[in-house]
Amino acid sequence: MEKKIKGCCVVPGIGKGKVLKTSQSVSFGGGVDPATGLVNDPRHELFNQSVAGRVLVFPFGKGSSTGSLIMLELARINKAPAAIVNVRTEPILATGPIVCKHFYGKEIPVICLDEKSFQKLQTGQNVTVNATENVIFMTNPSLP
Amino acid sequence: MKIIENVIFYNLVIFKAGVTYLSFRDHRNNLNTLAGKRINSMRLTDEEIGILNGQQGEAARIALSVLVDLGELFGAEELIQISQVHIDATLYMVEAGLEFVEKIATLGGKVAVPTSLNPSSIDLQRWKEYRVPPKILPKHKRLETAYLKMRATPTWTCAPYQNGIIPRFGEQIAWGESNAIAFANSIIGARTNRYADLMDICAAIIGKVPKFGLHLTENRKANILIQLKDFSSRMFENEAIYPLLGYLFGEMAGDQVAAIEGIPQNVKIDNLKAFSAAAASSGAVGLFHMVGITPEAQNLKMCLHGSKPENILSITPKMIENAEDRLWTVKSDALDLIVTGCPHYSPAEFIRLGKLMNGQKVHSSVIFWVFTNRSVYAWIKNNGILKDLAHAGIMVFTDGCPLQYPKETWRFQAAMTDSAKFANYCFSQRGLDAAFGAIEDCVETAVHGKICRRESPWRKK
Repeated sequence: MEKKIKGCCVVPGIGKGKVLKTSQSVSFGGGVDPATGLVNDPRHELFNQSVAGRVLVFPFGKGSSTGSLIMLELARINKAPAAIVNVRTEPILATGPIVCKHFYGKEIPVICLDEKSFQKLQTGQNVTVNATENVIFMTNPSLP
Repeated sequence: MKIIENVIFYNLVIFKAGVTYLSFRDHRNNLNTLAGKRINSMRLTDEEIGILNGQQGEAARIALSVLVDLGELFGAEELIQISQVHIDATLYMVEAGLEFVEKIATLGGKVAVPTSLNPSSIDLQRWKEYRVPPKILPKHKRLETAYLKMRATPTWTCAPYQNGIIPRFGEQIAWGESNAIAFANSIIGARTNRYADLMDICAAIIGKVPKFGLHLTENRKANILIQLKDFSSRMFENEAIYPLLGYLFGEMAGDQVAAIEGIPQNVKIDNLKAFSAAAASSGAVGLFHMVGITPEAQNLKMCLHGSKPENILSITPKMIENAEDRLWTVKSDALDLIVTGCPHYSPAEFIRLGKLMNGQKVHSSVIFWVFTNRSVYAWIKNNGILKDLAHAGIMVFTDGCPLQYPKETWRFQAAMTDSAKFANYCFSQRGLDAAFGAIEDCVETAVHGKICRRESPWRKK
């Protein structure tokens, strides 16, 4: 069974992967190791988990201005998230994927959901984020 | 308009007093989204369209594409001219950053407006004294070469507002570096968003930014008011109160525009610098107002744009005490580093440091660093302060950032500083424990080689 969640495109593109979700804010600058893609802030609940190839779901960014640089590096070494899902996206978070698109020609789609839809996503689900069409497809919504 | 039926429309932009987010909201009349696809809503000039088509080269095409995307996302109607840029992405951090800067420079990208540069990771001139491992030097030098090729001004400073390319009140600019953004917006009254790394470079190449956020008057209104409760003028004699107030202010304001009331009229510009840097390190503060002090807050009504604050909060001496304790992570009175100049030291701060040292010498068990920019360095060399400080055993570096020193060649464990920003970040960035105190306490500590701390006037005996 396939289930659809409607969202709002922030940065267009299509990304497929397993959901990695946190209710905490995420800062790429100072929070994610640019060499490995591992969350390296010991105070974060995703500590030591890799964002590489995952559909990273978090409510909003913390806004450290170096985040864009870290995201560009992750894209360069193919360790970027497959897509990003937020409740709200601030300009600093959006900058990384925008620059990736124009500089490396690599897509990191970003999509926003309302809080109710945001609750439907759980770590481990396989999803396809089609930000261009404002939709997320869940291939196994019953999992985990 | 048939497609509108049964399609959920999204209100793409929610303005929250200075903060622009993109979020989802059911809304049935947003013209930015049509049948699920966004259509261009920004008005572009013929020249801008030409740039997007590559008429002014590949560097300009990439830079403007990034700026237009950002503007489209955040509902900007058009691009506006800016008069200057301060670039934050100046320290070598990751390979992609270097690739981006070198590519723009190689493609012939030149800054369209006067552009200053934030610090490098290292002292680019005295790198040997700064114990930079020679193997990492070429990356920093390549970054330097690329920025100079773009004709950026090699200020290498996080305090471009004290000498650099300084904006006037109301001027539209694009600055990176959190402390500098908060200073330019709040203390000068210039207008910039909090630009992320790389966006600042794009803005410099084009000389324009999308018109949204803090560039617009209506988003500069304070909607939180923070009042000082039970403070006496004696408490402000210890100038460490200013970074501590800033640290608390940032935590309380978060990403909102807030105003603070109760700061005494004799506050110095360097106190404001310390407040601003601390606030922008504990919160995503792009703009604050200080009633009776900062230009958009000559009185309370002015910074509230005539309306009532949504929230009124207060700061008490007890909270200052608590903030001070949280910035104090050293376990004993032992330390190996005293550091100041975060943000970069001003001429006035050097004069005070010279007076406080007054012929005393730094204890042999500790290192004392001061960071500043090349202009201030030239002045203190000229007036003899540099010689006095060198005689006292103080090392003065330029270009670099104390939060980026080479760990493997210095191996410090604990540092004392008068910067709440440094104390806040030094553990996560350098693995250093911190002691925080006024510059007078830092000097006493340096002379004795162990942590010395006067009783803070805001502490109840």
